Amino acid sequence: MSYFSDIYNGIKTLLTGMSVTGGYFIRARKGSITQQYPDNRDTLKMFDRFRGEVVMPHDDHNEHHCTGCQKCEIACPNGSIEIVWDRQVDPETGKKKKMIDKHIYHLSMCTMCGLCIEACPTDAIVWAQNYENSVYDRALLTKVLNQPGSKVKAGIED
Amino acid sequence: MMNIPLNIVSTVHDWLFSIMPEGVATVTEWIIVAALYLALFAVIGLYLVLLERKVAAWFQLRLGPNRVGPWGIFQTIADALKLVSKEIYNPARVDGFLFKIAPYFVIVGALISMSVFPFSKQFQAFDINIGIFFLFSVSSIGVIGILLGGWASNNKFALIGAMRSGLQTISYELSVGLSLLTMVLLAGSLQLSEIIEVQRTGGWLILQGHIPAIIAFMIFMIAGTAETNRAPFDLVEAESELGAGFHTEYSGMQFAYFFLAEFINMFIISSIAVVLFFGGWLSPFGITEGITWFPEFLWFFIKVLIIIFLMMWFRWTFPRLRVDQLLTLEWKYLLPLNLVNLVIMAVVIWLNWTF
Amino acid sequence: MTDQKVKTKMKTEEYFVNMGPQHPAAHGVLRLLLTIDGEIIKNVEPDLGYIHRSIEKMCERDSYQQIVHLTDRMDYLSSHINNEAVCLTVEKGLEIEVSDRVKVIRTIIGELTRLASHQLWWGVMGMDLGALTTYFYAFRDRELINDIFEETCGARLTMNYFVPGGLMYDIHPNFVKRTKEFIAHFKTKLPEYDRLLTGNVIFEKRTKGVGMLTKEDAIAFGATGPVARGSGFASDIRKKDPYSAYDKVDFKEALFTEGDSYARYKVRIMEMWESMSIIDQLIDNIPEGNIKEPTKAVIKLPKGEFYQRVETARGELGVYINSTGTKNPYRVKFRSPGFSNLSVLNHISKGVKIADLVATMASFDFVIPDIDR
Repeated sequence: MSYFSDIYNGIKTLLTGMSVTGGYFIRARKGSITQQYPDNRDTLKMFDRFRGEVVMPHDDHNEHHCTGCQKCEIACPNGSIEIVWDRQVDPETGKKKKMIDKHIYHLSMCTMCGLCIEACPTDAIVWAQNYENSVYDRALLTKVLNQPGSKVKAGIED
Repeated sequence: MMNIPLNIVSTVHDWLFSIMPEGVATVTEWIIVAALYLALFAVIGLYLVLLERKVAAWFQLRLGPNRVGPWGIFQTIADALKLVSKEIYNPARVDGFLFKIAPYFVIVGALISMSVFPFSKQFQAFDINIGIFFLFSVSSIGVIGILLGGWASNNKFALIGAMRSGLQTISYELSVGLSLLTMVLLAGSLQLSEIIEVQRTGGWLILQGHIPAIIAFMIFMIAGTAETNRAPFDLVEAESELGAGFHTEYSGMQFAYFFLAEFINMFIISSIAVVLFFGGWLSPFGITEGITWFPEFLWFFIKVLIIIFLMMWFRWTFPRLRVDQLLTLEWKYLLPLNLVNLVIMAVVIWLNWTF
Repeated sequence: MTDQKVKTKMKTEEYFVNMGPQHPAAHGVLRLLLTIDGEIIKNVEPDLGYIHRSIEKMCERDSYQQIVHLTDRMDYLSSHINNEAVCLTVEKGLEIEVSDRVKVIRTIIGELTRLASHQLWWGVMGMDLGALTTYFYAFRDRELINDIFEETCGARLTMNYFVPGGLMYDIHPNFVKRTKEFIAHFKTKLPEYDRLLTGNVIFEKRTKGVGMLTKEDAIAFGATGPVARGSGFASDIRKKDPYSAYDKVDFKEALFTEGDSYARYKVRIMEMWESMSIIDQLIDNIPEGNIKEPTKAVIKLPKGEFYQRVETARGELGVYINSTGTKNPYRVKFRSPGFSNLSVLNHISKGVKIADLVATMASFDFVIPDIDR
C-alpha cells in the first residue's frame, strides 16, 4: 500500500512546487525585477555612501584642502596613492611648508577599502558615486586628483 | 458554403492540373507540400525557442529578450544567423560519413511525423489508416540519430551521453505507446481523422474516458517529457554534469539541427496529446462549428501551445532526476500503472461506463 | 562481488576525468580529478591553488588596519564576519573592550551576512540539481540585504566596515527601518522556498542518503559548520565560545544527526530562521555608545600569539597572529573552514555516482577563494 501513498505524496509535492512558480508567472508583469540599465541612467541614483571613486573636491576659487601630509599615502595598503610634494615658502607666514604638486591616484589598483579617506585629517578626499569607470586605455586610470592651477585653501592645518 | 481553406487547396489543385500534364502536376504538388512543411518546421522551431526564453524569463521574475524587435520577435532569427555563420569543422578521427549524417536522422524522423497530423479538416498530408501506429514508429527514428552522433564523435563523454540518452528514449517509448494504446481502445480506430470524428460526436476523449483517460494523460505527459530529453529528465545535456552530451562535437548549423529537433519533438508530443486527448482541431463545446470561415487550425495551435506551456512549466520548476532514478520511475512505476490502466479502460468500455 | 571476480570475468577500464577548473557546478575554480569506473567514482582528488593570491604573505607587509580589507576577499560571501574575526584578534592583543553598541551592531550585521550567504547557497543548490528558477528567487531576496549594506557601508561585496577598535563610521539612520522591512518580507518568503524545493519528491530523492558523513569522521577530519552539524557534531562557535553579543541572545543550535545532504540542507534552512530570530531580538534596542575606541594611529601588538575564532556561514574561521612587537605582524594564519571540509570529500565519495557528487558538493557550500586564500 505504501506504493500508492508514495505516488500520491509525490504528485502532491510536485503540484505544490508548480503552484509556486505558476504564481510568479501570473504576476510576471508587476513582479519582474529587471532594471533596464542603459536606458534608465537618468533616474538611477546611488546611495550617499556608495564607494565609487576617490575625488578631491575643489571650491569656486579652485582651492582644495590637501596639505600634503601624506597620511593617505601611508594608509593605503597597496600604493594606489602617490604624492609629489615639495617644501616651499608659504606666502602668509614666510616659513617653509610642505605643499603638494600632484596627488596621483591609481584607480586601476584601488581596492575601495576607504582607509585613505578615514586617515585624511582635513577631509580633502571624499567618495564620489560614479560607477562607470571603464576605459579603453589603461593610462586613463591613473588620475591626478588636484586640478591644475589649484592651491590649498588658506588656514587649513593638518 | 465551402470553407475558404478548402477552396484554396482545391483551387490550387485544379489550377495545377489544368496547366501541366498529370504526372508533373502531381510531383509539383508534392514539392509544394514538402516545402510548406519544411517552412512550418523552421518557423515553429524558431518561435518555440523564443517562446521558451520568454516563458522562462516570466517564471524567473525577469523579462525575456526584448531588444531585437518588439517583444524580441527577431531574436531567434538573429540566433539562427549567428549559427549559420559559424565554422563547421570535422574533429580529427571522427567517422566522417556518420558524423555528417547523424543530424539528418532526427530531422527526417520529426518531419515524417509532422506530416500525418491533422491540422484541420482539410490540412492533412497523409491520412493513412494506421495513423497512430505509423506516427509512433517513425518518431523512433530519432534515436538512431542520437546514437550515431555520440558514436561518430570519437569522444568518450559524447558516447556516454548518447548511450544514456538512447537508453532513456527507448525505455520511455514503452510508456508512451501503452498510454496511446489505451486511448485507441476508447476511440476504436488507429486513423487520426477517425479519432477526431469520434470526439466531434461524443465529446473529447479525455472526458469520455474519465478516470483511465486522466491517468493515461498524466502518464503520457511524464513519458513524453522524458522522451524528448527535457527537464526534469535532461541529465544527458545538463551543464552541471560532464560534457554536453551527444552534441558536444557539433557546431554551427549541425548543432542547430539537434537543437531545433528537440523543440520539434516537443511539438510532436504535444500534438499527439492534443489529437488523442483533447479533440484535435475541434472547438470546445462546438462553439465555432457554425462559423464556416473560421480557420480550424487555430484551435489546434492554441491547444498545442497550452500543452507546450505545461511542459515548459515542468522544466523550470523541478530538479533533475538521476539516471537510475529515471529508470526506476519507468520500469517500476509507470509501466505497471500503464498495464493496469489498460485493463481498467478495457473493463470500462466493456461495461459501457463511458460518457 | 569482490574486485577479484570482476577482474577475471569482465575487463572494464577506469579512466580519469577532469571536473573543472571552469565548471558550472564547481563553485569557483576547483579542479577535481575523478577516477571513474562507468558511473561509479573510485577516487576524488582535489587540485587547489587556482586562485591563490598569497593573502597571508601580504598580511606580513601590511599594518594591522590594512590586513582587514584582505580578508574580505577570502570568503567573499561572509565578508563582514571575516573582518570581525581579524578585528577581534587585534582587539584581544591590544586588550581593548569595545562598547556595547559596537558589539550589537557587529552581531546584527554578522547575522545579515549569514542570511545573505545562505540565500545564495540555496539558489545555487537548486541550480546545481536542475531547478533553475531557484537561483533568481534567491538573488531577488539577497538584493535587499545588499541594499542595506550599500546604504551603511557603501559597498556590496567587499565591505571593510569593521576596524580594530570598532566601526569605521556609524550606521546610517535608515539601517534599522530597512532591516525590519527586510525581515518582515523574508519571513513570508522562506516558507515559499520550502514549498518549492524542500518538500519536493525529486529533490528528496536526490539528496537523502547521499554523501553520508558519520559523526566520528566529521570530528576526525575537522569539519565544522553546517557540514558537521548535519552529522550530529555540535560545533557552533557562537554557543561554545561566544564573541560580540552572542551570549546575550537566545537562539537554538541547528543540529541533525542523519549526516546526508538533506540533513545539511535542513541545518542551513534552520540557521536562516535562527538568524532572523537573533536580529529580531537585537534590532530594536541598539544601545548608545562609542563607535570606535581610540587606538594609536600606528597599532603595535605586544609580543606573543593571539588566536580568535568565529562562526562564518561555512564553519569555523580561525585567525592566528604572531607578533614580535613591530607595526607589522610577523605571521598571520587563517584556519579556513572550507579547507577542512574539502578534505572530507574524497572519503565520502567512494562508490557514489557522479550526479551524487554534484549534489554533495552543493550541500557542502564551498567558496574556493576561502580554500585557496
